[in-house]
Amino acid sequence: MSLSDLINQLVIDTLGSTAAFRGELVLCGTIVLILLSRVFNLTSRVDSFYVTLAGSAVALYLAGPWLTVEPVGGSQQLFTGLLVYDSFTIYFRTLLFFFAVLFAVFTRISGVPDRDAAPDVYTLVLGATLGMCLMASSNHLLMVFLSVEMASVPSYALAGILKGRRQSSEAALKYAVYGAGTAGIMLYGISLLAGVLGSMHLPTMGVRLAELLQAAKLLDGTNMVLALGGLMILVGIAFKLSAVPFHFWCPDVFEGASAEVNAFLSVASKAAALALLARVAIGFGSIAVPAVPATQVAMFSVSEQAATAQGAPSEAAAQTATPKIERSSQIKALAPARDFLARVLAFTAIITCTFGNLAAYGQTNIKRLLAYSTIAQAGYMIMPIPAAMVLAGTNPEAAGAAMAAMAFYAGVYLFMNLGAFAVVAFLRNALNSEDIADYAGLIRRCPIVVVCFSVILFSLIGLPPLAGFNGKLLIFSSLVEAKLWTVLVIGGLNTAISLYYYLRVVKIMTIDPEPENRIPVSLSFIPGTYVAAITLPLVVLGIWWNNLNQFALSAAAHLF
Amino acid sequence: MESSYLTLLSLIVFLPTAGALALAFFPREKTEAMKIFSLVITAAVFLLTAVMALPGKGNWQFNTSLSEMQKVFSIDWIPSFNINYFMGVDGISFPLVILTSFVTMLSMAASWTIQKHVKAYCMLFLLLETGMIGVFLSLDFFLFYVFWEVMLLPMYFLIGVWGGPRREYAAIKFFLYTLLGSVFMLIAILILYFNSDLTKLSHEQLIASGVVSSQLDQAEQSRQIAQLHAKSNAVHTFNILALQQMGQHTTVFDSELLFGKSLQWWAFLLLLLGFVIKVPSVPLHTWLPDAHVEAPTPISMILAGVLLKMGGYGILRICYPICPQAGYDLAYFVCALGVVSMVYGGFAALAQKDFKRLVAYSSVSHMGYVVLGIGVWSAIAGTQYNSDAWKMGVNGAMFQMIAHGISSPAMFFMVGVIYDRVHHRNLDQFGGLFAKMPVYSGLAIGIFFAGLGLPGLCGFIGEVFVTLSVWNYNKGLAVISASVVIITAAYILWTLQRVYLGPEYKGPHGDHLHPMNARELAIAAPLLALAITLGVYPQSLFSYMTPSVDRTVQDLADWTRKNDETARPKATAEIDGAEPSATVVQQ
Repeated sequence: MSLSDLINQLVIDTLGSTAAFRGELVLCGTIVLILLSRVFNLTSRVDSFYVTLAGSAVALYLAGPWLTVEPVGGSQQLFTGLLVYDSFTIYFRTLLFFFAVLFAVFTRISGVPDRDAAPDVYTLVLGATLGMCLMASSNHLLMVFLSVEMASVPSYALAGILKGRRQSSEAALKYAVYGAGTAGIMLYGISLLAGVLGSMHLPTMGVRLAELLQAAKLLDGTNMVLALGGLMILVGIAFKLSAVPFHFWCPDVFEGASAEVNAFLSVASKAAALALLARVAIGFGSIAVPAVPATQVAMFSVSEQAATAQGAPSEAAAQTATPKIERSSQIKALAPARDFLARVLAFTAIITCTFGNLAAYGQTNIKRLLAYSTIAQAGYMIMPIPAAMVLAGTNPEAAGAAMAAMAFYAGVYLFMNLGAFAVVAFLRNALNSEDIADYAGLIRRCPIVVVCFSVILFSLIGLPPLAGFNGKLLIFSSLVEAKLWTVLVIGGLNTAISLYYYLRVVKIMTIDPEPENRIPVSLSFIPGTYVAAITLPLVVLGIWWNNLNQFALSAAAHLF
Repeated sequence: MESSYLTLLSLIVFLPTAGALALAFFPREKTEAMKIFSLVITAAVFLLTAVMALPGKGNWQFNTSLSEMQKVFSIDWIPSFNINYFMGVDGISFPLVILTSFVTMLSMAASWTIQKHVKAYCMLFLLLETGMIGVFLSLDFFLFYVFWEVMLLPMYFLIGVWGGPRREYAAIKFFLYTLLGSVFMLIAILILYFNSDLTKLSHEQLIASGVVSSQLDQAEQSRQIAQLHAKSNAVHTFNILALQQMGQHTTVFDSELLFGKSLQWWAFLLLLLGFVIKVPSVPLHTWLPDAHVEAPTPISMILAGVLLKMGGYGILRICYPICPQAGYDLAYFVCALGVVSMVYGGFAALAQKDFKRLVAYSSVSHMGYVVLGIGVWSAIAGTQYNSDAWKMGVNGAMFQMIAHGISSPAMFFMVGVIYDRVHHRNLDQFGGLFAKMPVYSGLAIGIFFAGLGLPGLCGFIGEVFVTLSVWNYNKGLAVISASVVIITAAYILWTLQRVYLGPEYKGPHGDHLHPMNARELAIAAPLLALAITLGVYPQSLFSYMTPSVDRTVQDLADWTRKNDETARPKATAEIDGAEPSATVVQQ
């Protein structure tokens, strides 16, 4: 292949990819716009909030499922296989862009960041969101690493955005050091795997691994190297997920950073990390449906009719027919890898969930409490992935449903944690405090916010008829299907454990008497409305959750 | 037809919710109006159920000649998870629905003494009613679970905000216990769901379980059933009636799950755990004395009158029919739970110094009869699969639930009346109330006798039925359960003596002992009247429930016979099989 051919291919590939990538491109444009307005000193005249809001809304509109570019063949590779574009990508991108819109509105209402800091903060937020979109669609270990870093580095800066606050700076430093350490470990793991398997392209690595396992050519040493490499990559993802034992940054960062940043970290970052974990787990535990490279897509679309005349599709069909048999035998061969992943992830999920719930008991600061709650919730959200690993070999449909359970919960979780941190931020503005004890008797002062916060907390416990219950139901369903009884029972017990500390917050707000010397608390109409608007979906999705469930199911339909 | 049932049952369930939402718009200071409004709502719900109870063949009337589910409707709710909005009523659930609406109405009337945060109280109270009635009416397991849990939150706040001194402890204890039980229940529900398979059911079974509506014409039914049977994958379901059919007529729940025990064995145990916490049976009863004592009087009435019945209802509607094999294997375990609760509850009641705690422990003891009556699996090979004793036991248990649902709220109300006056419940400081409050004392003595199980009052029938049926099952258990009556008599009579008899009241606040007012009388008198009516003419209640109870038991007895026949070698089965038919001929 000559150089000009290569360049030609690259051009076709890139052009073929852009249509599916336009949401992210809009985000890039928005970032550049905000930076330029900063350079030309326009920020005093144009509020960067509106730029952010418009940018993320347009991105949401272009990337959402309503106007989507259908992935060719269910799953399509972008940019020479670095990214994958399928319904799973669409689901998580929609989620992230939707969150960006809600988040922009939230920061506007809560007043953090102020107008001077706004361009910086929004640039960082949008940049991190971009990285998270890449995380959710990674198809290549290089991309995995780059996207994790791209999401993390802005987050470090965000954690320290409250200038002049010691705690905030400390949190940012802790976060950055921890992040750098885990990134190094992850990179080492990637190099180990790439060395053994000779590729960084996830589907190719899966095939190579299957070939090695099939031929039983693995020496004991290689086995260890593979396992070690896998574990090291998981360390990087576990850090993003704040899974035990890589959670230590979480409570400190959450306490130090502002509630707004916490909302961003706990929702967007977690959703993207989950999607990434799913991608990596599927990459090594199963052979993905052969994705169509963008070059082929472009050629199809350019010369579709001509190709039909020449009988090209039948050729393509013949090409996919043979791999089908091969694919199922390869999936079978990957059983040890799946088993390994399922064990490691199930163990992580159990420990994370239990630890988060137990550690939340003694907390007096609401942000620390919610940080531990976030850790525990991450544990629940990891659970369906080992279930999917167990099911992938025997029952692809059920494995897809397990991933759908994770996606569903991530969708519900968006409302729960955004709502919770919104309440914390608004109450901080009103009370100037983030101690749970200072919330005593608040129901007499701002009943709507307290009722909404209670609903959010009940949804986090998982009580019907709220959306959090349905998420948990789906997760537990996947565990039953996979017959992971230990995880199931521990997950169930954790629900009962978590009741106590969530309910304690509710109890303090509703049952406890008001302190006598409290400054008058008043919340204006707009914050109350915002909180109510975030809480309402929890009730609506608690009763009519069919559509979201179907969206999640269709998102996971092409994964296995 | 179906749409009219939809209207009726949805109205009964969700009218209180609508009322609660409407209450949100009441001005804060109009407390009296809120109470009246709530009372009107609960009365309207009671009226609706009372209309159903009227004799007649109208569309909304409960048909006592039918033993199957009636007023059934089913609407797709979450199609991607096979969940339906599916409700219906039969002779097992209907008496409990009426009991619920009746007790709720009376306890709303008893709520006039509530002065704190009236709006929140009324809203939570009405939401609680939705949850309680919903549990009894839903036939979809998911729906059932949602209602089961919906009840918890209002109850937590009703105890936690309006309760006595240790209310927060009692409320969280109640919540934790029940949530733990329901988590296990959820696991069992999911296990059953993922192993259920509608394609295994026959034409008749699908129609009987309401999967395919019986209202459709035959061609449409056949088309839908053929469509279902053509599916290659298993079709999972939350339909409780379909799960019952599967449990009794197919082998889908027989596969081994863990530690050599079958799937249904585990499901039964997990479900039983959830229900037994609610009943409650010893040793999972410790939430009850705290919750009952700390709750305000009207909430104690609801707790004792309705909430405990959900456990018994669940065991009868769900545990046994869905997992018969496990029920058969664990029959003695269930009976033992019942007997231990009866004895332990009785002795614990004897030891109490607090009037309300005594009544609470009497509930533990009385609900033991319910568990025992349901658990008497006497239809075994040794009795030629004669299910008469078991039918008697289950009928007795059902009767006992209703009777206890009348006497126990009444007892709590009587304690509440005296507590409102003298602000203590110490049994040793009472005495001589008869002289000061003769009407109250007369009613109270009547009600306590109903709780004691005096012939002619409602408590007697259930206890006697259960005890007699146990005699046919295990004579030892029968002797124990019969002697519990002595303990019951001891603590009730001793209480009556300490509280109402004696020369004069010497405790604190003696000057506040004014007679009952009209409102209190209007709550206590109907309860006592009902207790007497049911005691004198039990047929009034049996006529509603016996057909359905007998049918449920007969199904299980048939299952036992079939199960034994398939399990035993053919030759012996033939010999044994000849005998029962011979006895039938002789009769």
